[in-house]
Amino acid sequence: MIELSQVVKTYQAGLATPFTAVDRVTLSIPAARLTVFKGPSGSGKTTLLTLIGCMARPTSGRIHLHGLAGDALPHLAPAEALEITSLPERFLTAIRRRTFGFIFQQFNLVRGISVLENVLLPTYPTGEDPRAVEARAVARLESLGLARHLRSSVDRLSGGEAQRVAIARALINDPAVIIADEPTAHLDSRLSEEFMDLMSQFKDAGKTLLITSHDPIVYDSDLADMVVEMRDGRVVSET
Amino acid sequence: MRPSLQRYRNILDFALSSLLRRKGRNLALISVYTLVVFVIASLVFFVQALKREAHELLAQAPDMVVQRMVAGRHDPVPLAQVEAIRSIRGVDEVQARLWGYYYDPVFGGNLTVLATEDAALAPDAIWIGQGVARSMRVKEGDLIPLRGYDGQSTLFSIQKVLPESSELVSSDLVLMAPKDVRALFHFPEGLATDLAIQAGNPRELPTIAAKIVELFPDSRPILKSEILRTYEAVFDWRGGLMVVVLGSAVLSFIIFAWDKATGLSAEERKEIGVLKSLGWESSDVLLLKFWEGTVISVTAFLTGVLLAYAHVFFFSASLFEHALKGWSVLFPRFRLIPALDGYQLTVLFFLTVLPYTAATLVPSWRAATVDPDAAMRS
Ligand SMILES: Nc1ncnc2c1ncn2[C@@H]1O[C@H](COP(=O)(O)OP(=O)(O)OP(=O)(O)O)[C@@H](O)[C@H]1O
Ligand SMILES: [Mg+2]
Repeated sequence: MIELSQVVKTYQAGLATPFTAVDRVTLSIPAARLTVFKGPSGSGKTTLLTLIGCMARPTSGRIHLHGLAGDALPHLAPAEALEITSLPERFLTAIRRRTFGFIFQQFNLVRGISVLENVLLPTYPTGEDPRAVEARAVARLESLGLARHLRSSVDRLSGGEAQRVAIARALINDPAVIIADEPTAHLDSRLSEEFMDLMSQFKDAGKTLLITSHDPIVYDSDLADMVVEMRDGRVVSET
Repeated sequence: MRPSLQRYRNILDFALSSLLRRKGRNLALISVYTLVVFVIASLVFFVQALKREAHELLAQAPDMVVQRMVAGRHDPVPLAQVEAIRSIRGVDEVQARLWGYYYDPVFGGNLTVLATEDAALAPDAIWIGQGVARSMRVKEGDLIPLRGYDGQSTLFSIQKVLPESSELVSSDLVLMAPKDVRALFHFPEGLATDLAIQAGNPRELPTIAAKIVELFPDSRPILKSEILRTYEAVFDWRGGLMVVVLGSAVLSFIIFAWDKATGLSAEERKEIGVLKSLGWESSDVLLLKFWEGTVISVTAFLTGVLLAYAHVFFFSASLFEHALKGWSVLFPRFRLIPALDGYQLTVLFFLTVLPYTAATLVPSWRAATVDPDAAMRS
């Protein structure tokens, strides 16, 4: 379970034009379930997910991970609640690497290198056996229908292909939580359905899924266990 | 492989492929960098080689040279002084030297013509240095005409080209019989250009010099140690100039490096953010940037040093000819003898590689220590 209490994120805090993108959000997100965040553009969905994913620290408030960061910080018992907002930077890195797989709104693939290299990027600092991780990456890319593109440069991929590369990259370190930001924004409805099928596989595998979306295919799906609606940085409904 | 070692390897591999990704930009960077290293290294090699040559030259010079001064100018010395000086206590040997400069209008250079008593020298023959043979395009057995004081040419046969010990010492030398030197320059009998003196104990040289001046008040003894000091002063002056040139080259390089490196492109900054969001630590990002910078600077350093080595030792520092024309007064055209000094290379390495590495690391460090989210949105 991921527990947020009174989480606030204010950009440019202390400057002339502070902007509160996430405002006093208190929320419990169940583990091994699919949670969808919806709401108008600018309502703070991406910001909230970056706070959960340890990519930025909240201005105030607390975020607890219950039993999710187990193997990221080996000295902690898995069931223990981990308060991430006060952790030192190097623990956050370990959590980003092991606990969360992030599929970005703009994919954020590294340009100029191959599909395979992009997928391997999260494994470089771990120093794992390169043959093992490469086999894993190739298998994942093949299962996503990208076998023909292993050595292609990511610059030439179609939107749907780029997204699948981003998915493969998010999964390479086998994270407990998958965060997908507007995953279907660049996809047609058939590809969107395919994406949801993939998510259902991950859910069956016990992953915790957090997805933001404007897309009814996502938030009206049977797969969605919880839908959180946001407006102006606040949670307006949970269903 | 151990995971920590594998991490270094992975990141190095990625650094190399990153460099290839931005081929154009990095090639431009390496070219400018190489050019700077080349100029600095050429200067350092050149000055150092000149110093070495000069020391060799002086090693073969006599302990003391005695000239005669007339009206403040250097004038021939009467041979009668030889015996008088030889009888001074502490003097081992006095040799009357007969020499002069010969200007060759055809190839436009000065030769040093020196009389030798060597019995192996055939009549009407001369021995010449390598440099003379080169610039006159002559070899053993050829005949060359030398224009005398009266405009009449005399033919000499080249009996031998002197072996190359140090080019500075013998390069522009023409050795001929004393009578030929006197005939060529119309040099009066009974006079010599100067006297070369060897002393058994170099510490007695100042006393000997004082006695010579006492005997012949119009003579001017020049001690080898004084020449050495003069040379050193000249070199140090040149060396001082070099320091200024070097300093400004290094400075402009630092500015260049700083400018290049601080201007992390928006794309690079975003990439750092992406890497961090994928679980790279700041130290991983820095290691990546460190490898990138090291590959660039070591490549440029090695290329620049090799080019400078070729330039100075194989092409006689031809690019500096104009800037350093003054040297030709002191030295003939010659080829410097290759030698590398580890100390100089080390200094050069630290002067060029360190500032660049620092200049690349600082901005990356700044980008790598902010939240990945902020680095990605910027
Ligand atoms: N670094 C920043 N500085 C200032 N304002 C920011 C910054 N990052 C985000 N914002 C603002 O915070 C608000 C929320 O942004 P966010 O990206 O979370 O919205 P979103 O709900 O994901 O929107 P969309 O559906 O369009 O992706 C926006 O108004 C945005 O302009
Ligand atoms: Mg968004």
